[in-house]
Amino acid sequence: MTEAAAISGAIIPRLPRGVRLRYDDVRSQWMLLAPERILKPDGIALEILKRCDGKTTLDAIIDDLAKSFGAAREEVASDVREFLNGLAAKRIIEL
Amino acid sequence: MTERIAAPTGMLAELTHRCPLRCPYCSNPVELDRRSQELDTETWLRVLAEAARLGVIQVHLSGGEPTARKDIAVIVRSCAELGLYSNLITSGIGLDEAKMTALAEAGLDHVQLSFQATRPETNDLIGGLDGALAQKLETARLVTRLDIPLTLNAVIHRRNIAEIEDFVRLAVDLGAKRVEIAHAQYYGWALKNRSLLMPTREETLAAVATVERLRREYAGTIVIDAVVPDYHARYPKACMGGWGRQSLNVTPSGKVLPCHAAETIQGLEFWTVKDKSLAEIWTASPAFNVFRGTSWMREPCRSCERREIDWGGCRCQALAITGAAEEADPVCCKSPFHERVEVIAAADATQPNGQYHYRGFEKRSDQATNIPEAVP
Repeated sequence: MTEAAAISGAIIPRLPRGVRLRYDDVRSQWMLLAPERILKPDGIALEILKRCDGKTTLDAIIDDLAKSFGAAREEVASDVREFLNGLAAKRIIEL
Repeated sequence: MTERIAAPTGMLAELTHRCPLRCPYCSNPVELDRRSQELDTETWLRVLAEAARLGVIQVHLSGGEPTARKDIAVIVRSCAELGLYSNLITSGIGLDEAKMTALAEAGLDHVQLSFQATRPETNDLIGGLDGALAQKLETARLVTRLDIPLTLNAVIHRRNIAEIEDFVRLAVDLGAKRVEIAHAQYYGWALKNRSLLMPTREETLAAVATVERLRREYAGTIVIDAVVPDYHARYPKACMGGWGRQSLNVTPSGKVLPCHAAETIQGLEFWTVKDKSLAEIWTASPAFNVFRGTSWMREPCRSCERREIDWGGCRCQALAITGAAEEADPVCCKSPFHERVEVIAAADATQPNGQYHYRGFEKRSDQATNIPEAVP
């Protein structure tokens, strides 16, 4: 079992106070704002982040992504977990 | 130059130079703006709106002590309304529950709180204010209780370089999500006090190793960011991410600078928000254009493969140590002046401890001790 697989599908990922996802009109680009950090999420990262609304469970996020992009659920699950774990280590997302 | 100038992402808004602390490494200029010179609320709100339109994403509300301004909550609220990410850079002195709650309700995104040391005797000696540590601890607890993300900032120098692990532990205990271990940068007040602040090379290298170890130990618990001890570095820092590339600094009286020490470079022409829009200043002011990009560079920068990594390092440091702002930052091992940095660092590190030249309003230094201007 990889560490990435260890997060339960029942958790609800959320952006903590001080972290904001916003669209920047000047640069026509989405940005993830955090203390002293500006991250520019790519297409897939953005789709994941948009679904971290503080209401949706990880399982539901994965289901939705797999369905929306016609991808294999296991593959999506592993990518999403890895991505969220990376952000959690930077204290940018709460799991 | 027909190339379009990219918009800045960050703005340092120095709302006031008034401050209850007197840290001897303060990044404010040696000649401080007085209260009577400060921009009024209306002008700051205009500057914030112009910043948002220009493309600024994060605003660092700083000083001096930014909460010494009575309109601080109005300024924070304006940031929130404009979609600007607001970061309050504070000493934590003079912030009570009512004031902090008002800032939280106004939409403050983040607080960066400075600590001078982790023990009261040292903390209060460095900041030049008795009882400062106790107040800072109180403010830190207030911030986390209000659920505002907290960063603890520690400027590192000879007197606290052995406390790095203590700073990180304190930050974790206080519920901070991030800690900045910022080795002193020698401009302005810190340059005046350099012989009292400079640690030895051995202490510095040990401190760098400590940060590396703590990063591993505290991974996932707290983010540890470091400002490198550049007198002991091999390559210079990309100062401000490059001159006029990412950020700008508005002084209490409204001058717009490429970095907070830029006024030490004689002959630069700075424009002010009183006369011009921020966008006009960013793209056209002589002070921003003089060191923008790479065309101003001399050798060894001009042909260096790192020229768009560190952008020649720091102009103010080049001036302070080589006498010319166009030189490579002498911190760089390729600079013909590099040896000077090593000589200075080694010589200053052997100087005995003594009385700091505390930050204050110079012309009335006797009164500056009590800072009649400091508290509104």
